[in-house]
Formats: sequence, C-alpha cells, structure tokens
Amino acid sequence: MKYVDELRRPELIRKAAGEIRRLADPQRHYRLMEVCGGHTHAIYRFGLKDVLPPNIELIHGPGCPVCVLPMGRVDDALSIAEQPDVIFAAFGDMMRIPGTHGSPLEHKARGMDVRIVYSPADAIKLARLHPDKHVMFFAIGFETTAPSTALTLVRAKAEKLHNFSVFCNHVTIIPAIRAILDSPDMRLDGFIGPGHVSTVIGCRPYEWIAKNERKPIVVSGFEPLDMLQSIVMLLMQLQRNEARVENQYARVVPWEGNRAALQAMAEVFELRPYFEWRGLGFISQSALRIKPAYAEWDAEQRFHIPGIRVTDPKAAQCGEVLKGVLKPAECKLFGRECTPENPVGALMVSSEGSCAAYYNYEHRKHSQLTTLSLPA
Amino acid sequence: MCLAIPGKIVEIDPQNTSSAIVDVIGTRRNIDLGLLEDDKPLCGDWVLIHVGFAMSKISETDALDQLRVLEMLGESAAALQEVRGYGLEPSDDTQPS
Repeated sequence: MKYVDELRRPELIRKAAGEIRRLADPQRHYRLMEVCGGHTHAIYRFGLKDVLPPNIELIHGPGCPVCVLPMGRVDDALSIAEQPDVIFAAFGDMMRIPGTHGSPLEHKARGMDVRIVYSPADAIKLARLHPDKHVMFFAIGFETTAPSTALTLVRAKAEKLHNFSVFCNHVTIIPAIRAILDSPDMRLDGFIGPGHVSTVIGCRPYEWIAKNERKPIVVSGFEPLDMLQSIVMLLMQLQRNEARVENQYARVVPWEGNRAALQAMAEVFELRPYFEWRGLGFISQSALRIKPAYAEWDAEQRFHIPGIRVTDPKAAQCGEVLKGVLKPAECKLFGRECTPENPVGALMVSSEGSCAAYYNYEHRKHSQLTTLSLPA
Repeated sequence: MCLAIPGKIVEIDPQNTSSAIVDVIGTRRNIDLGLLEDDKPLCGDWVLIHVGFAMSKISETDALDQLRVLEMLGESAAALQEVRGYGLEPSDDTQPS
C-alpha cells in the first residue's frame, strides 16, 4: 500500500490491517463484495489489496450506474435526442458511454445538441432558457441520485414547465444484491455495504441479507481506514458465525435513511415490473419509472422509444466482470482495444467502473509502487 | 455523479428556503435543500451534496475528512468542476441564467 504514510492516522490503518490478519482464519478463503463503485475506486486507488492477506478476496459489485445500464437504453436515449428541437442533457459521466452508433459525445460531434449538466436542476434551467426546444434529461443512478431527479420533476410540474422531460433509468440496489446472491456461480461470505445509497435508504433494507441469507453486511465509509474497519467488523461476525447489519459509517448514514428523499421518490416513481441490467440480465422490480401523474414529464410517454435490446460487443466480457466471475484484466479487450480513453465496454467509462479503476491504478502500479512493509 | 461533495452553507434564500448558496473549497454555488426538509440545515452548517442537492448534514470534521478523501481519490478537481457547473455558467450555455 503505497500511500499509507500519506493517509491520515497511518498508525490506525496499520492496526486495522494487523487486526484483519489476526482475525482471518488461514484455513479459510473469504470472498467479500463491495457493492458500491465508489468503494471499488477507493480500493484500487489506495492499494487496499496490498494490506489484506491473500485469503481475503474483494469482489466488485454492481454499484456503478453507468456500468449496469444496457446499451439498448443508451440507444433509446439517443433516439429521442435525434428528434427535431430536442436538447439531450446528461451528467458528464454519461458522455463517453458507448451506444450502438457511438457515444453521446460522438453524436454531439455529428451535430446533435448534447449538453453536460451537473445537476438535474440545471436541466430544468436549460428548459427555461430554451422555451422553443424540448430538454430531455437522461437520468441514471441508484438511490443516491434518484431523489434529486424526483424533486426536479416535482418542481417542473409545479412550474408547469412543458418543454422538459426525464428519460428515467434509475435503479435500486437491493434487487441487484438479491440477483447476485441468487446467482449459482457466486459464493460470497459478506458485503461491504454502500455508503451514499444508504444515506437515503438507511440500513433496514439490508436486514434480509443477514436474516434470510445469513451473510453479514457492514455499511462503510470511503476512507481507507473506514474500509479496513468494515472488513474487521465483517471478519468478527464471520468468526462468531453471526450475520448482522452493522453501520460503520454512522457519522453520515442514519439507520432510518433520509425520509424526505424517500418521500420525494415515492411521490414521483413506481417500480417497473422488470428492467434489464448489463451482465445480470432482467431483474424484476429493480428499477424505477415515472408515475402516471407525471406522465407529461416522462420521456418514455412523450416520445416513441425503439426499446431494442442490444447485446454488448461479443469480445467484451463486461457481464462476467460485473458479476465478479472475471477480474478486469482477464477480459480479452482489457487495456488493448478497451481503455478509459476509448472504452468499448461501460466498465471502462466511469471512474467507479471496476475496469477503469483497475486500469488507472493496478495496471500501472508495477512500475511505480514502493510497497510499505507492514508488521506481521 | 456519485461523488459526495461537502459544502458549507453560507446563505439561505429568505424567499425560497429550499435554495442555498454553499461554499466548496472557495467556490460558491447554488444548491437545493429540498431533500433535507425533515432536518433543515442552517447557515454555517455543512452538508454532503449529490448532483446539486444536499443529501445529509455532517459535522465540520467529517466534511474536512471527506474533502481529503476526494483529494486522495484524485477526484477533487472533478468535484470542483461539478460544483462550478451547478447553475449553468455562461461557458456551459449561450446565455447566462
């Protein structure tokens, strides 16, 4: 771990790393999944694997919204944007996501009106600025961003802003975890729970993982010490053969979540019967759509959507990497045809995608790393 | 998009208490407080911001920790770029709002 001495509280980090070594049973192989893409990024950036004993394996979960969106939905969004007088607005992370005929950025180069916004509230401002155009906001994200889209729709309706709509691709984390646990080729011992999603949904929605699946889950912060402490907490539960939900990130995550955010989501969204996820396939009740009361602001109601399923490029193995079956570097395209500059698959697009994180840190590390020696 | 950006509330619009100005490492931008209706922050409070909306109140210590995490992750430039983007600056559009 290259950065230990640059980090805050290096002595505590060493202590936590020592604790992990003490708690990990050498006879056992532990597979722990970090659900959130932000954690994946931090794990690679901080070189956390270097302080973990080899029998603790971190499996990257599905919590990168750019990564799990299937290409067909990107095509659908771009087909709306191809209609006359439409402005396509999306977060910067979405600009390089590949569609069948190129990314939003490439469509912009061909003359499409594509704008980066940093907040859904700014997509509304664009609509006010351009009353002669229609602004379509391409909304993606888990429960971290869904409440903001919901409140934006509430505000658009209150304002009777008729030249604005949302193409909703919001997904929910719990069904994705369930799909992973149901997958026959996946054996996991516990979960590092997402930090920011949990500020919205709280910790209760994870209780079934402990109760029914008998797996421990620890909601974790993003500092290296947070993640190591979360692993300590998981190992302690595993050692005692317990399975509970614990909150390591209580300084930010309230056990009950954010009620106002959940209310905003309940006002505007309802569950889709099913939704396709890249790599995980169709998962029932795993995504949100806009309620009929907001149909006027629902791009799927206002525009014709082709809705064609598109499979990923055959050579790209995004699905296997997303499920944790393959490591990023085991994909045939990794680092050759597929790089963060020229992504073929969506996992290379976002800094939270495991391929981009692996490429940016792990792939280049061997030339740079001065490994820190830890106490045995 | 998934960055949690800590900001200090420096002004709340008296006409519209869902609208506030935050300071993020010296950059001041407008954000929406509508998702903290249950526990309204006051001027001087720190909040974690996601895509232009305050999502949770946090202590100053935790805010400074989070800034450090962003820096360590190499994301502080992206965070600042995001914050500067809130409110569609003239560079992002032909007409300033």
